[in-house]
Amino acid sequence: MTEFWHDPGCTFHPVSAPDYLPVKQLRQLQLHRLRAIVQRAYDHVALFRKRMDERELTPGVLENLSDIAKLPFTVKTDLRDTYPFGLFASPMSEVVRLHASSGTTGKPIVVAYTKEDIDVWSSAMVRCFAACGLGQGDIIQNAYGYGLFTGGLGAHYGAEALGATIIPISGGNTDRQIMLLKDFGTTAICCTPSYFLRIIERAAEMGIDLHELPLKAGVFGAEPWTEEMRKRIEKGSGIKAFDIYGLSEIVGPGVGNECCEQNGLHIFEDHFYPEIVDPVTLEPVPDGQEGELVLTTLSKRAMPMIRYRTRDITLIHAEECPCGRTIRRIRRISRRSDDMFIIRGVNVFPSQIEEALLMVEGTAPHYEIVLTNDGTLDDIEVHVEITPEAFSDRMGALEALQKKLAASIEKIINIHVKLKLVEPNTIQRSEGKAKRVIDQRPK
Amino acid sequence: MKIHQLSMFLENKPGRLSEPCRLLADAGISIVTLSLADTQQFGIMRLIVHDWEKARKVLESAGCVVNVTEVVATEVDDQPGGLAKILEVIEQAKVNIEYMYAFTFRSGDKAVLVFRFNDPDAAVEVLKAKGINVIGNVELY
Repeated sequence: MTEFWHDPGCTFHPVSAPDYLPVKQLRQLQLHRLRAIVQRAYDHVALFRKRMDERELTPGVLENLSDIAKLPFTVKTDLRDTYPFGLFASPMSEVVRLHASSGTTGKPIVVAYTKEDIDVWSSAMVRCFAACGLGQGDIIQNAYGYGLFTGGLGAHYGAEALGATIIPISGGNTDRQIMLLKDFGTTAICCTPSYFLRIIERAAEMGIDLHELPLKAGVFGAEPWTEEMRKRIEKGSGIKAFDIYGLSEIVGPGVGNECCEQNGLHIFEDHFYPEIVDPVTLEPVPDGQEGELVLTTLSKRAMPMIRYRTRDITLIHAEECPCGRTIRRIRRISRRSDDMFIIRGVNVFPSQIEEALLMVEGTAPHYEIVLTNDGTLDDIEVHVEITPEAFSDRMGALEALQKKLAASIEKIINIHVKLKLVEPNTIQRSEGKAKRVIDQRPK
Repeated sequence: MKIHQLSMFLENKPGRLSEPCRLLADAGISIVTLSLADTQQFGIMRLIVHDWEKARKVLESAGCVVNVTEVVATEVDDQPGGLAKILEVIEQAKVNIEYMYAFTFRSGDKAVLVFRFNDPDAAVEVLKAKGINVIGNVELY
């Protein structure tokens, strides 16, 4: 069966219809769903009810959408404190799936889904893929890790619901990834942007030119990345690189995605209601102003999240998107308040360093940041891999490159950095989220 | 009459020099000469080898960063004043030497100087005009 949305160049998929709701109706839908979800959390989640009671609030406080600001926040430690099932609003008999975070410290955080939740999640992922111009007939190689991590299965169910062909290869084994990209004629890949850079590098070593393969799109997420990184990826592989956003606490991947404009990520706000708050005062700020993204799940049954503080720093675009979608966009997330480190009293984000490095011609975004302290002062050392384009047989040229890179960083963060050029492939490549900061300072 | 020199980026740590040499040895490539430039953190190894194209492939597929430069090699009498004579010619022509190194070659009464010039073509012209023997790939190997 051929439907009109499968015509070449037409990327509309019926499941994307809510992306184009008239704003007035969208707000009505959001308020309706917000009241229902707050009631559900109040009735079934002890922690939320307790917080509401302490503030002498009831779900009846929601007369319009802006009243959401009166509700208490939820934070990551709430999930740890109620480990494993304390925030569930559904009985286990209705929970069909559990996922959990990798939990680098102590207990992981656990999230739950009913059958309906899985359907909503899949539909959100379909809307992501459709926004990237993908549909039936596409072959999607899913290199997100399968398992407790939401990335793998989230993208998997979405690709199936889209009607595309899914290759559930999971993360890792780069040579095999490249073999399948070539042999199966993969048209789109899902993975972290840093892992795709590894694929680009390895393909070149294997003598395979990604430009010549059918691969046309990448759906990259699970870690913050920058516009400069997108340029490198698109130039190095000839594909369009799309940013996907999501987090396990809300649903997993599929909370938002870029459209063909590649200028901000549309949030599927009929299910995930976005607010931006000042990270210090926690007061909401207007669209267009930067702050911390706070999300409320409007339709999740097993585990409603009310005003969850994501720690992601962004803003909501005040302007409409030329693509025609009415759902709002957030600016791509290049910073997390979690990733921030403080050196000599200055707040620094790894993405600032990445941007500074990529502004210098011929460098690769393979870097790590080492923080040390000799007993008196914090020091920051940035290790950057040398590339064939930047390498010269003249010592003067390399020393100039070193100085240029250090100056580019110092201009942005205003702290003297020690810059060290290192050999290629010596900085550890991640097959998941890249680890950029090595903090060796005594605690 | 220029010859191809490979240069490689090396981190300044134990064992880094032996690895590329081992790779070339395993590929049966003989090193004619080499020179090292170093800083506290990193070094540059400059190599002249038989079959530079093969050597480049071997090193690159092992993940090394390799750069190919055209250098000029001249023959000089292995005796006092040999180098000075050539340098005078270059100086008069106002060609800048980025770096150079020297080695003795086969029979021993001649030495070979390897120059990296900012303008190799101009350098070759003036050296030849002064009757200095500029060596090509064939003679060197």
